[in-house]
This record gives sequence, C-alpha cells and structure tokens, in this order.
Amino acid sequence: MSDIAIELRGIDKSFGLVHANKNIDLTVRKGTIHGIIGENGAGKSTLMSILYGFYQADRGDILIDGKKVTIKDPNAAIASGIGMVHQHFMLVENFTVLENVMLGAEGSQVLNASISRARLELKRLEHEYALEVNPDALIEELPVGLQQRVEILKALYRKADILILDEPTGVLTPPEADHLFRILGQLKEQGKTVIFITHKLREIMAITDEVSVMRRGEMVATRKTKETSVEELAELMVGRRVLLRVDKGEAHPGEVKLAVEGLTVRDSRGVTMVDNVSFNLRAGEIVGIAGVAGNGQSELLEAISGIRKAVSGKVLLGGAAIDVTGHADPAELRERGLAHVPEDRHHVGLVLKFEESENGILGYHRDKRYLNGAFLDMKAIKADAEEKIRKYDIRPPNPRLKTANFSGGNQQKIVLAREMERNPEVLIIGQPTRGVDVGAIEFIHKRIIEMRDQGKAVLLVSVELDEIRALSDRILVMFAGRIVGEREPDATEGELGLLMAGIEENREAAE
Amino acid sequence: MSNPYAKLPAWAEYGLIPLVNLVVAFLVAGLVVLLVGENPLEAAYHMVNGAFGRGEYIGFTLYYATTFIFTGLSVAVAFHAGLFNIGSEGQAYIGGIGVALVCLWFDATMPWFIVFPLAIVGSALFGALWAFLPGWLQAKRGSHIVITTIMFNFIASSLMVYLLTRVLKPLGSMAPQTRTFEAGGQLPKLDWLLSIFGLDIGNAPFNVSFLLALLAAFAVWALIWRTRFGYEMRTMGHSPSAGRYAGISETRIIIIVMMISGGLAGMMALNPIMGEQFRMQLDFVQGAGFVGIAVALMGRSHPAGIIPAAILFGMLYQGGAEIAFEMPSISRDMIVIIQGLVILFAGALENMFRPAIGRAFAGLGRRSAPAVQTGGA
Amino acid sequence: MDLFQTIIAILESTIRVSVPLIFAALGGLFTERAGVFDISLEGKMLGAAFAAGAVAAVSGSVMAGLLAAILISVLLSLVHGYASITQRGSQIVSGVAINFVVAGSTVILGEAWFRQGGRTPALSGDARFQTVTLPFAEAVKDVPILGPIYSDLLSGHFILTYLAFAMVPFSWWVLYRTRFGLRLRAVGENPGAVDTAGISVIWLRYRAVICAGILCGFAGAYLSLAMSAGFVKGMTAGKGYIALAALIFAKWRPLNIMLACLLFGFLDALAIRLQGNPLPLIGQVPVQLMQALPYILTVILLAGFIGKAIPPKAGGIPYVKER
Repeated sequence: MSDIAIELRGIDKSFGLVHANKNIDLTVRKGTIHGIIGENGAGKSTLMSILYGFYQADRGDILIDGKKVTIKDPNAAIASGIGMVHQHFMLVENFTVLENVMLGAEGSQVLNASISRARLELKRLEHEYALEVNPDALIEELPVGLQQRVEILKALYRKADILILDEPTGVLTPPEADHLFRILGQLKEQGKTVIFITHKLREIMAITDEVSVMRRGEMVATRKTKETSVEELAELMVGRRVLLRVDKGEAHPGEVKLAVEGLTVRDSRGVTMVDNVSFNLRAGEIVGIAGVAGNGQSELLEAISGIRKAVSGKVLLGGAAIDVTGHADPAELRERGLAHVPEDRHHVGLVLKFEESENGILGYHRDKRYLNGAFLDMKAIKADAEEKIRKYDIRPPNPRLKTANFSGGNQQKIVLAREMERNPEVLIIGQPTRGVDVGAIEFIHKRIIEMRDQGKAVLLVSVELDEIRALSDRILVMFAGRIVGEREPDATEGELGLLMAGIEENREAAE
Repeated sequence: MSNPYAKLPAWAEYGLIPLVNLVVAFLVAGLVVLLVGENPLEAAYHMVNGAFGRGEYIGFTLYYATTFIFTGLSVAVAFHAGLFNIGSEGQAYIGGIGVALVCLWFDATMPWFIVFPLAIVGSALFGALWAFLPGWLQAKRGSHIVITTIMFNFIASSLMVYLLTRVLKPLGSMAPQTRTFEAGGQLPKLDWLLSIFGLDIGNAPFNVSFLLALLAAFAVWALIWRTRFGYEMRTMGHSPSAGRYAGISETRIIIIVMMISGGLAGMMALNPIMGEQFRMQLDFVQGAGFVGIAVALMGRSHPAGIIPAAILFGMLYQGGAEIAFEMPSISRDMIVIIQGLVILFAGALENMFRPAIGRAFAGLGRRSAPAVQTGGA
Repeated sequence: MDLFQTIIAILESTIRVSVPLIFAALGGLFTERAGVFDISLEGKMLGAAFAAGAVAAVSGSVMAGLLAAILISVLLSLVHGYASITQRGSQIVSGVAINFVVAGSTVILGEAWFRQGGRTPALSGDARFQTVTLPFAEAVKDVPILGPIYSDLLSGHFILTYLAFAMVPFSWWVLYRTRFGLRLRAVGENPGAVDTAGISVIWLRYRAVICAGILCGFAGAYLSLAMSAGFVKGMTAGKGYIALAALIFAKWRPLNIMLACLLFGFLDALAIRLQGNPLPLIGQVPVQLMQALPYILTVILLAGFIGKAIPPKAGGIPYVKER
C-alpha cells in the first residue's frame, strides 16, 4: 500500500478562453492535512471541482491509492472515498440535519429504516470526531459554523477517507475557525486525509503539514509547512514583482472630498463584512485599498455608492452626508459628483445586451444632455459615444455594437469613459484591470493618474497588489472587514502581504 | 455568460429563427392534419386562399390582426421589463368596460370621432387598472406575477359575467350583452384603404382601430427604444443589478410597465366592440390575450416583428374559418394548436435550433467579429 | 327538503367536484416540489380526459380508457420536461403552449374521429366507471344523522373518488417517507445539494413530471369516464387552474391540498346550489362571486395577507452547474 492518497498528473482545464488549470501536478500524502493556497482566481476551486467530478479535466490523470481512476461525476468521487465541503454549502435549508446527511446515501427506498440507521451512525460520528449537532434541527436555524459541521458529517457519513474543504473559514468567526481546526486535527489523527483550500496564510501555517501554492492556474511550488515561512508563501502566491511602470508625479492632496466614519455593513446572511471602517479621501490623491478578495472591499464600495445599505456609520461626500443607512440613491450621488466603476462590469457596470452607446449613459440617463424631454436624444447619445470611443480608443469603434461583443479591456474602457468623462469630484474604482488585456492595463492606469492630477479624489480597490502599489499615494490594507494598517506606496510587498494575511495585526495584538 | 449564443446577425435573429420556429410549428400542425385524414397541403391552400383570396377575406384577416397587434404589444412591453404578463386576456376583457361605458353614454349624442378618443382613454384606463394590482403585488409584496395574472383572468371573467347579466344588460333583455350602440358608438370601416388596392371590403369589419393599432405599435417602439423610461425598463429587464447600480427604482418600473401593458391589452376591446359587434358581448376577447403571447414571442417582442406576426395569426384565424368550411373535419380549433406550437417552439424551445443555426453561421462567417469574452476566473 | 338533507347534498357534490382537483393538484405538487413550475395541469387533464373518452368508446373498456389517459398525460409531461428540464426553456411558456396544443387537438381529433361536435360517444356499461356502494350502506340508511352521512355522503362514489382521497396520504408518504420523496423535495430547494450528493438532477426532475402526468391522467379519466359519460370539448373548464390555485393555497403540502380542493369544490357546489336562491342573512350572493372566490383567496394568500405562500426555492429556475 502506498502512502499517497491522491496524485494528480498534468491536469489541464479551460473554460472558453480562460485557462483555469495549466498542467497541474499534485501529490497528497495519506493522513496529512495538505493546504492549497493561492489568490482568488488562481484555479484552486476548479482543480478541486475536477477532483470531485463536477468538471472533467481536458487532459491529465487522477490516481487514488496509486490506481488511476476516472471521476466522471460526484458519485464516482464519493465511491472513491472523496468528500467535499463546498465554499457555498450544498445543504437543503428547510431539511433537518439528519435529512441532509442522508440525502443521496439513504440506503433503502423507504426512509424509516434508513432514518434510524442514520441516526445511530450520526451519533457514532459525533462521538468519534466531537462533532455535536442536533440531528433534528433545521439547517436554516443553525449558525454557519454548525452548518459547516453538517457538511463535514455528510462526507464522513459517506465514509470519505479524503476530505476536501474549499475556503472553509470564509464564513466563520475566529472561534468557529479554531474549532474547525481542532476537528480537522482529530480527523487527521483518525487517519483521514484533508485537503484544505484557502487564501489565508495564517491558516496554512496553523494546521497544514504540507502546502502547495497556485498562481494564475499553475502549481508553482509545494513545501513542507515546517520548512517554509509566511514570507516565502506570500511571495510565491503573489509572484515575483512584475515591474509595473507608471509615470506619476508627486501628489498634491487638497481638501477632504470623501469622509468615511465608522461604517459597518452586513451581507444578506447577516455576516459583518465591513467592520467600523473610517478613512478620508482627499482631492488630488489616490488611496488604494489592498486586501485579499472577500475581506469586505466589495461591500465597502457598494455602501459608499448607495447600492448596499449600511448598518451604521457616516459617509460625507464633499462635506454633505450620504444617507448610507437609509435611502441613498445611486443616481443622486452621481449628480453630486460621485462616479463609480464597479468591480463586476458584466452584471453591474454594463448591460451586456445593450449597444455600446446605450451603456455609455447607464446611470446618467436622466441627464438633460441626453434627453429631449422624456425622449432620449439619440444624436447626442451617439455623438457622446463616438467622442468617448475616440478618446479612450475603444475598439471596434462602433457605438451600435452589442456590448457583449467587446473584449474585456474594451468593455472596461466603456465603463471608465462613462464614469471619468463626467468630471466627478470623487471616483471610486473596483478592480480596474480585472480580466483586461495587457495593452489596456497601461492605458487605464494612465487615465487614473490623470484623474488624480486633475485634482480628483480617487479610491481604488484591487486585489492586484502590484496595481495598488503602482498607483496609490497611500495604501490602506483591509482584512476581515477592518482596515488593519496604512502604508506608504513604497512599503515592501512582504510587509503588505503580512498585513493582508492578518498576521501583522495578530503580532501587534499579541505584543 | 448570460447569453452564450449572442453572435447571430440581426436578420437571422429576427428573421431566420422565427421563420424556422414557424416552419416547425406548421410541420407539426401538418401532422395533426394528416392524423385526421386530410391533406395538409390542401389545408394550407385553403388557409391562404381564405385569408387573402378576396378583398373581404383580407379585411377579415386585418380585422383579426388589429386585435392581435394590441395584445401582442401588451405582452411584449412586459417582456422588455422582464415580466411575463399572462393577464392580457383579462385586461382586454375589463378594458371592454371602458369602451362600453363611453359608448353607452355618448353614442346617441356625439359623432364617432368624439366617442372614439374617449373610448380609447376608457379602454386603456380600465385595462391598466386591472393590471395595476398584479403589478403592485409583484413590486411590493413579491407575489409571482404569472400566478396573479392567471388568477386575475378568471376573476375578470366572473366579474364580466356578473356585469353583463346584471348591470350592463338592458332591462327586459335575456342576452348577456349591452344594448346595441347608436351611430356614435360605431367605428367607420377602412373600405377606402382597401379600395386603393382595388379590393372590395364586403362585410369585413376592418375598421379605424387598425390605424390606432399601427400607431400604438409605433408608440411602443418609441417608448421602449427612444424614451428615458424605456431605457430604464430595458435595463431592469436585462439586468436588475445594473438597474440598481444606475439608481432605477424597480418598484416604479414594474407598476408602470404593467399598467402600460394592461392599457394596451384594454385597447384591444375597441376593435370587436366598436368595430364589429357594436355592443359588448360575453366573452368578446375570445382568447386574443393568449394569442398575444404567441405573437410577442414570434415577433421577438419588437413592434416590427409583432405586426407581421399579428397578421400571420389574423391569417390563421380568417383562413382557418375557410379551412373549416372546405374541410369540415378541420375546425377553427386548428389555430389554437398552431398557436400553442408557435409558443412552444418560439418560446419554450427557442434554444433548440439556435445552437445549430449559430454553428452554421460560425462555420460560414470566417470574417469573425472581434468577440472576446474574458471571464473573471 | 330539510336543511340537513340539503347540506348532505351539497357536501356530496363537493366531494364529486373536488376529485379532479385533488388529482391534478397532487400532480402539480410533485413537479413543483421538484422545482418545475407546471401551469399545464389544465392541458394534461384535458388531454387525458379526451384520450380516456376516445379509447373507452372504441374499446368498450374503462381500463383501456384509463390507461390511455395516463399515457397521454405522461407524454405531455415529457414534452414539458424536455422543454423545461433538458432545453432549459421557460417553464411558464412551455406550460402555456401545452395547454393550447391540447385545447386545439382534442377538438380537432374528436370531431374528426367521432363527428359528434367535439364529443366522444356516450359511454355505458363496462366503458364507464360505476359507482361503488359501501358495505351496509342500505342497512344503515335510516339511522338518524350518521345513516345519511354514511349512505349518501360517503357511499356511492366512483372507485376513482376513493382513490383520489387515498392518494392524499399516499403522496404525503411518498414525499416525506421515501428516498424518492426526500430527493425530490431536495431538488426543488437546492439542486446543487442533490447534484453534489451524486444524484442526477435531470432524471429526478423527469421522474417528478412523470408523477404529475400519471396523476393528471387520473384526473382526466375521472372527468370523462366517471363524472360524465364521455368527453365533451373543453370539459376541464379551468379546473387545472383551480387545482393550481389550490396547490398554492395549500402552500405545497399534501393534506392542505385536500382541504383546499374541498374548499374550492364546496364553493363550486354551493354556487350551483345557490343559483337564484338568496342566502339567509346575507341575501342574494352573485354566483360569479362564488366562482371567483378560489382565485381571489389565492391572490390574497399570495399577497401575504393571510400567511405567506413560499414556493420551493429552486422553482422556475432551470438547473445549470456553476459557470
């Protein structure tokens, strides 16, 4: 018997033009906790979905216990002893714990017998792994931590020897996360193999035996956790510094244009995503918010721009309050000089089925310059679009083309042109170059600097650390919904990386 | 992404695909004709002949088409805002009250050109009111608009039976209908329009409400593609999240769109009530609201597509009568089958042929569009 | 006729008109709990009624009629399934389409095959369901109160009537006490959970729509083989939509469905009874109000004014794996 639980050889997977996994090799030893770390979009989840039979790899082999297997669907994965705890729980909310655990592994056609069997088995598992949970509780009434426990129980109930956890701590409070780590330790002692996917370095250091690092669809390194360091992993994750050269003069910050005080935002599940955040943004400066995706940046932007209601806190735009906890109207904020380039241009910033020129007025469609009374002034809209196309070099230069038919970079230029050409006082930008081709990146960066030099206040959120460092005049680092530090743009990557991973903060707290 | 087959040229999107859907629907309908032991080609001949063979037939075809333009527009407007209004039937029915009241009040004292505008307002108002409630319930209480509009169709039907048997019926009459209107409640026919083409309208009730329908089609086009409100409702229909980003109120859009949709459905009542029967009868809508669904789906919710689709269904209704006359085993219910098949193929199965057609185009057109979609991983 | 007898008579006809509603609404229960909205109950019922009437008339066998009804109704369900599960089309549009296709074809085929104005030939003898007299119905007839309740109200119905009421606990048992039911309810709430558990979402949903087909088949057969002696065009007359309303009114629960169908059936029976007769205290109630009441009640419920009808969470949404 080999001591290798899983071996992946040359796994390759593309979704259309996105090459999600490039020739991946991975070896996971039995009875270990193996971490897989990488930034969002590095391809971790895709790789695990292939292992669980949700997707088929285009190329490559999967070996379990040294034997080559074909995993064509989750059923085959379960049969091979693989269990998975998904990032978004796969639970039926109005079912009981017991029903969720049984689902798909009931055993017999009529439930009576299976229910009592499942109840017994659940008791045994609870006992063995210290996973207490009331089997008759409804999922929707359980806190997230316990829901996750049900997911683990589901896998164990199916006799999984290999457990994959995809970003399991994203939804957990710190005590819940600690409890999870204890459970995983217990599982390891019982001889189970755990694959632990995360983008948080602290967790990797805390519980894994080995760690593999993914970056942009590639597996870049595997290390014994004991023999590596947070600094090394951070560098492997982010990659060697790609020299982003942006010519930029000195900033001349003026008066405060946007003041955020004690802003707190919860998401639809009630989880606090932005936690008592305060900062100022001045005219003529770019403030970058660095952080690993999912640490509250999106919610922060949405609350400031009036799309998402905040729970508490104040936001002042040009000295006057925005009703962020009540009925802030995005359209009204635009009139007051707040422009917003949203993170998700496909669903928020653009209507993909619209013609280019139609997207050129989204959010500004009430502006008199585009209207003749209640009617759209088609000539003005077209002229406006043509001007922006010229100025921003949007290709193809056809204002009547459906927006879906433009490349990512050109779509982003459509949004940028719309928001920047309005001469706003404050510009907030989320992920300015996500999914944008290299050529357009430089252009977009230049435009952002120009805005600053014209005396605009720019708030920049990006998960690309290089981008933040190249553009910002000040850098705020966000972690777990809070701003955990402010640094100058010449701060080292390692320093920022530690802040982003929430490590620095812990050290400071410990001291 | 949201639409994986978005790269067809406009003429294929708006011409070829509806045509393919239509052809398949007719082929299946042909099978039904075979099943009853008749010759589908002969049926087709009688249909076309019955619809266009004479001036009078054309008049009838266009009379039916008038009705379907209104209901098709009604369904289409709601589609653009992402709403499925199955209630055009009931809204048209209730719209009849507006027409009837105006006619009953003014028909003896006013000429038609005064009564007609009032009746237009009346019909639109009553139709809009009947659509307001489902719209309000969807916007404010989240009640599924498909279900509520179905329910409202039945409620409308009961209400109208009550009104026509108890309230609007003249004293002493047994028939569930209003009295017959005087000259002021009767719309002039468009015989002059057909006579331009050398056609004799005969007894066909083809009347001025056809012109109103064309006007409505133009107005709907302008509303959807040329007004600020139309822009907002299309944004909402395509992407509610982009709508919120742009500061568009979903509640307001839903309620107003439903009222416009209901108003258009209500205006349908002008055609049969003032144009043909000169009184309001029980069940005068006769399923035209549902035909509107087929017309809107086939016309791809564009007025320029809805008018030909409505004429096509007018042809089916008029030509269907001819088939029924010439081939007794095929009654006019054949139309209902075709209507259902069109809804099936142009609506529920719209993606069945599209990939194949899309592939054919991809294979043909090497002069590829610069379509690069980069997704966030 | 004294009041007691009147009440017995109204309740007896309540049961009679409730039967197709119960079958159809239970059919809707299966598909909608599996996450497939189904407004084609009307069409399936009508198609089944026609098939039953036609085949029973030709074969002279009521069982052959019943089988034909179920077959046609299941076929229509499969069309709905193909459009909404496989092709991921709009479930509403597909349902509307089926209703029209059936409404038209039953008339055309009926007229072509039998030439009786869209009717099928009148059935008698073995070609039609006969009523069943429960044991001792005659003997206890004269016992006060309980006698008429047993002999007139409970006895003397068709076998399908008893089956309909038996289907209520049976459906409950299937949904809540079998593996199939557990999975079916799960797929209507979170198909992702079912998929990751290694169960085919598509096949599960197909089985759900087939269940609906079978039940609507019974509903249709009841109309043309039991309640009437043959098929009459358009004989469902909106019963499928009432069943849909009952399903929503019952908040997608089997026992509630029976109660909702009985309530709606009762309103129907009462409306017929009251035609022209004033009610004590209330006075004349328009029949039309009684007829519209099921729909009005459902709308009020949907508006959340009397409890909240929460449909299965994944209802109406075709299942697509992430990405």
